Amino acid sequence: MNALPEPAIPETVHRAIAHDSADKHVRGAALYVDDIPEPRDLLHAAIGWSSRAHARILSLDLAAVAAAPGVVAVLAARDLTASNDIGPVLPGDPVFADGLVEYHGQSIFAVAADCVGAARRAARLARVEYQDLPAVLTIEQALADESYILPTRILRRGDAAAALAGASRRLKGRFGVGGQDHFYLEGQVAMAVPGEDGDMLIHSSTQHPTEVQHLVAKVLGLPDHAVVTEVRRMGGGFGGKETQAAIVACVAALLARRTGRPVKLRLDRDDDMILTGKRHDFLIDYDVGFGADGRIAGVEFMLASRCGMSPDLSASINDRAMFHADNCYFLQNVTIVSHRCKTHTVSNTAFRGFGGPQGMMAIEYVMDEIARDLGLDPLEVRKANFYGTTERNVTPYGMTVEDNIIPALVAELEASSDYAARRAAVDEFNRTSPWLKKGLALTPVKFGISFTAKHLNQAGALVHVYTDGSIQLNHGGTEMGQGLFVKVAQVVAEELGVALDRVKLTATSTAKVPNTSPTAASSGADLNGKAAQAAARTIRERLADLAAARFGVPADAITFRDGQVSGGGQVIAFPDLVKAAYFARIQLSATGFYTTPRLDWNEATHQGRPFFYFAYGASVSEVAIDVLTGETKILRVDILHDCGRSLNPAIDLGQVEGGFVQGMGWLTTEELAWDAAGRLTTHAPSTYKIPTASDVPRDFRVALYRGDNREDAIYRSKAVGEPPLMLGISVFHALKDAVAAAAGPVRFDAPATPERVLLAIEANR
Amino acid sequence: MDRIRFVIDGEVRTVERFDPTRTVLEYLRETEGRCGTKEGCAEGDCGACTVALGELVDGAVRHRAVNACILFLGAIDGKELVTVESLAKPEAPAHPVQQALVECHGSQCGFCTPGFVMSLYAVWREGDAPTRSGIEQALAGNLCRCTGYRPIVAAAERACAASDRSESRRVATAEQLRAIRPTEMLAIEQNGRRFLAPTGLDELAHLVLAHPDAVLLAGGTDVGLWVTKQQRRLPTVIYLGRVAGLADLAVGTDRIEIGAGVTYTDAMPVLAKYHPEIDGLLRRLGSVQIRNAGTIGGNIANGSPIGDSLPALIALGASLVLRRGPVERTLPLEDYFLAYRKTALAPGEFVARIRVPMAAADTRFRTYKIAKRFDQDISAVCAGFAVTIRADRVVDLRLAFGGMAGIPARARACEQALIGQPWTQAAVLAALPLLTQDFAPLSDMRASADYRARVAANLVRKFQIETSGAGPVGVLALAEAQP
Repeated sequence: MNALPEPAIPETVHRAIAHDSADKHVRGAALYVDDIPEPRDLLHAAIGWSSRAHARILSLDLAAVAAAPGVVAVLAARDLTASNDIGPVLPGDPVFADGLVEYHGQSIFAVAADCVGAARRAARLARVEYQDLPAVLTIEQALADESYILPTRILRRGDAAAALAGASRRLKGRFGVGGQDHFYLEGQVAMAVPGEDGDMLIHSSTQHPTEVQHLVAKVLGLPDHAVVTEVRRMGGGFGGKETQAAIVACVAALLARRTGRPVKLRLDRDDDMILTGKRHDFLIDYDVGFGADGRIAGVEFMLASRCGMSPDLSASINDRAMFHADNCYFLQNVTIVSHRCKTHTVSNTAFRGFGGPQGMMAIEYVMDEIARDLGLDPLEVRKANFYGTTERNVTPYGMTVEDNIIPALVAELEASSDYAARRAAVDEFNRTSPWLKKGLALTPVKFGISFTAKHLNQAGALVHVYTDGSIQLNHGGTEMGQGLFVKVAQVVAEELGVALDRVKLTATSTAKVPNTSPTAASSGADLNGKAAQAAARTIRERLADLAAARFGVPADAITFRDGQVSGGGQVIAFPDLVKAAYFARIQLSATGFYTTPRLDWNEATHQGRPFFYFAYGASVSEVAIDVLTGETKILRVDILHDCGRSLNPAIDLGQVEGGFVQGMGWLTTEELAWDAAGRLTTHAPSTYKIPTASDVPRDFRVALYRGDNREDAIYRSKAVGEPPLMLGISVFHALKDAVAAAAGPVRFDAPATPERVLLAIEANR
Repeated sequence: MDRIRFVIDGEVRTVERFDPTRTVLEYLRETEGRCGTKEGCAEGDCGACTVALGELVDGAVRHRAVNACILFLGAIDGKELVTVESLAKPEAPAHPVQQALVECHGSQCGFCTPGFVMSLYAVWREGDAPTRSGIEQALAGNLCRCTGYRPIVAAAERACAASDRSESRRVATAEQLRAIRPTEMLAIEQNGRRFLAPTGLDELAHLVLAHPDAVLLAGGTDVGLWVTKQQRRLPTVIYLGRVAGLADLAVGTDRIEIGAGVTYTDAMPVLAKYHPEIDGLLRRLGSVQIRNAGTIGGNIANGSPIGDSLPALIALGASLVLRRGPVERTLPLEDYFLAYRKTALAPGEFVARIRVPMAAADTRFRTYKIAKRFDQDISAVCAGFAVTIRADRVVDLRLAFGGMAGIPARARACEQALIGQPWTQAAVLAALPLLTQDFAPLSDMRASADYRARVAANLVRKFQIETSGAGPVGVLALAEAQP
């Protein structure tokens, strides 16, 4: 056995450390599911999907599919014996449509063949006879038909109607916020490998290995213990692999069961975009009353989202939209009506922010409209409405904002970005420039951290120390690029006082840590970091007791640092102590478990404390628009974002920048389009445009806010996955500001494509 | 010849008996077991599959980035194939571009990273230390969904600024490439399907006559998708990339003649020299990977209504030389397009050359591309405008549009109304309503008919503004001028 090199300086928390896989990434050596060496006799699968938005299936003739060259097996709903429903929370998501299709692209059957091409060609040969049914495709249509997938929820505080009636000024309006495709670079993929006793091993690109395990077991009619899901890494997730990975894994598993051979299903990019859910698009109505200072007296919102054909996670997503319609602002009298529309389109799902961004868009739009009505700078109106610290500090859902740093954070950014001088410069530019206009906007972010489904706020970890002193770490979180693995490894290295390279990260496996929550809600490091810390501390305490006995000092005098364990002036190398512990028959393996404290949430009344704490941030965007074409360009962006005491500033900076650009894309170039028959027409990167390198502002100034998390989150850090996405909202409002400079106040929907910008300008001419 | 040879990691590889439309990506992942090269979209839009191709140019090896997902294996015969694994052996130190990406935190999920590595490798290997614009252009064909690109751009700057770019293997590779230089026609056949790669123009003309139903393949940036996306099994593919006479680029006194096999990348500097305006347009056409493979000839022959080069070439008065067997004929480019995806090309005929006249000194020429995204997007409306003004009157005007009809076409009624008029905003505004006679655009996922009509009219206004003393007026120019 090779001894590990002795570490020079321990690498621990709060340091800018590269992603654990960075060297493998750049060498092409990091293995994704499709790169795992293929087992003998592997078959490749493809899904055959609906060409109608809403129709009865009168007949399904798969003879030509089965007879196609290379085809080994074909499966449809009629072949499933155990279960055909894989709805994650509520039923409604069949593996294969059974007599009824409810969106264009819905899975109807699957085929396994000896190569990818043969499977995909065969999947086109089905003869399906449909009887079309009326299809509800848009939010407007669903509202008119009262077509809802879940009951409407209403959140109320105070008396909004009375406040509106009594306000000195009042504005009403409607605007739309578009959806968003995740566009993870690695598409959905799973490989199912059958074992003995009917067991199934699933290699899946999923954020939720446990749910994949449960649903595969369910469709196969197996107990959970017969299925293992393993995930080393994903090529991006962003929420799109939380529930949406299940169908891919289940189809692979069903075909593996049928054929007795391993089966891989990798969706083609177009199929992936057509078959799987996206961010909900919203239609938002507002009615706001306010005073001459811009402070809101009362506001009513109607938030209607397009959920698609099934509930999926839409209940929690729309709840979160409601809980973020306050953003950083105290709303004394507020009514939020949340309609969860059923449409005959793909079932929309989790996407970074999980409804929060759309809720935030609602109130930020209102702030901007108030400012334009009063002729004030929108920043002044925003500041006038900020939550207080000792009063005006309770959210509409009854949670006290204990950690409000937004006034200080915004003041710092306002100064560092030179906001006032740039506002004057933008106005001056616009006075003299007929064909180009500039816009400037500062928008804040307050994002609640915790799953609103309380039971998900738990995590487990497993730490082994081997007799050479090397450490293996496993936990329930999944690595999708966000740097979770390195952060949790930093925690373990810190706790045991060893160098980071002594801690080996291992693939997430339902066989190692069971009953895990999805890696979602920005909670990965908070939950799994704490669980791993608990496991490491258990081992450390055992080792400390041993060292204390040897050194003749109390256990609390023992320190673990620099790969050494010290106490009472004596020192032993960590591996030597470990070896001694082994011979002393001390257990060198431990599990750790964590539950988020302080959560007290009544889902029925929508009151209580759904969040452990809030993460904050703010951004300033400056843009230019072309009045003749609607083309836009972002000229400069300044960001100040709160990660608490960052566990890893390099990783967190990457999350902040990447999240901002993803939010910017959502609100600018990323437009999803459906045709009149309900077919998604933007189902490939040729038609769906995420930002490229040149879309990112050249002048891009990003800083992390200095300050500890006041709550006892892991090493006083804060969650960072989702909140920065909403920093992109300042881009939308800077564009709105530029449009206003060209044409005055107008309805302005997101995404702000060149077409939307030009039509908004010309609408007022 | 019924086998291909290419150089990979310093070895000459021979491959025979393969599917005639097998892609290089499939070959790498499935046959070579090199899984570093990823499939992100299989249509040349995301760059995760980027590899570099080495070719002998003036005796030295030149590397260019291409998309392996839509590159047919037969097309790399006689070339060097460089993949992410080629850059550093597992036990060896990482390549400077790889190291810079690690140091700058340029990867998160890592799936796009090998493609970025290869695009940056081509820049590192071939270019001078690039400008910010140059880096952005080099990366326009690589999508990253995690990082927001800032650290990747930083890595590009770091790698290209610091390192010694010499590589020990260059000379040996040149020798190998000389040794495997293709000299005769390549014919790969399997299950009745063929990939034919002639080497001479006469041979090509003969083949096209003999196989009038064959698909002619140049860069494959469209044909590749017929295979990867539509699952089509093309019976006969005739590859143009090795036809010697088709890659010629000649500059005469009155015109530039571009062989139909000349890539955008090779045509751009020549076109830009004589028509600087077209450079900005071509820099936004596809991406580096697409322009390294794709050809202007393919953009034309393919008959698409939205080929970005077409309005500009029509505005410049370009014409085509078509060849059928031994016979050549010339045709104005604007007469080549008959209806949606229908061209004047006769069975057995192919596009041989494109003739682009030199601009008259008093002609003002501008191009415009309107899309949701600046880089690597298909235009909603594309335009090429040329106006000649003498004695304060418009004497010649060509307003060519793509995306406004089933074919690229000129706005004849609008043009006619402006001939003889002063070149003023008022005259333009008076003529613009005639655009509704010229075009009835469609709504699709790229733009509504309303937007297309409005922006087309506004582009003519912009053309007048920009050619009447204002200079370029646009957000890109504004951003570029920022301190």
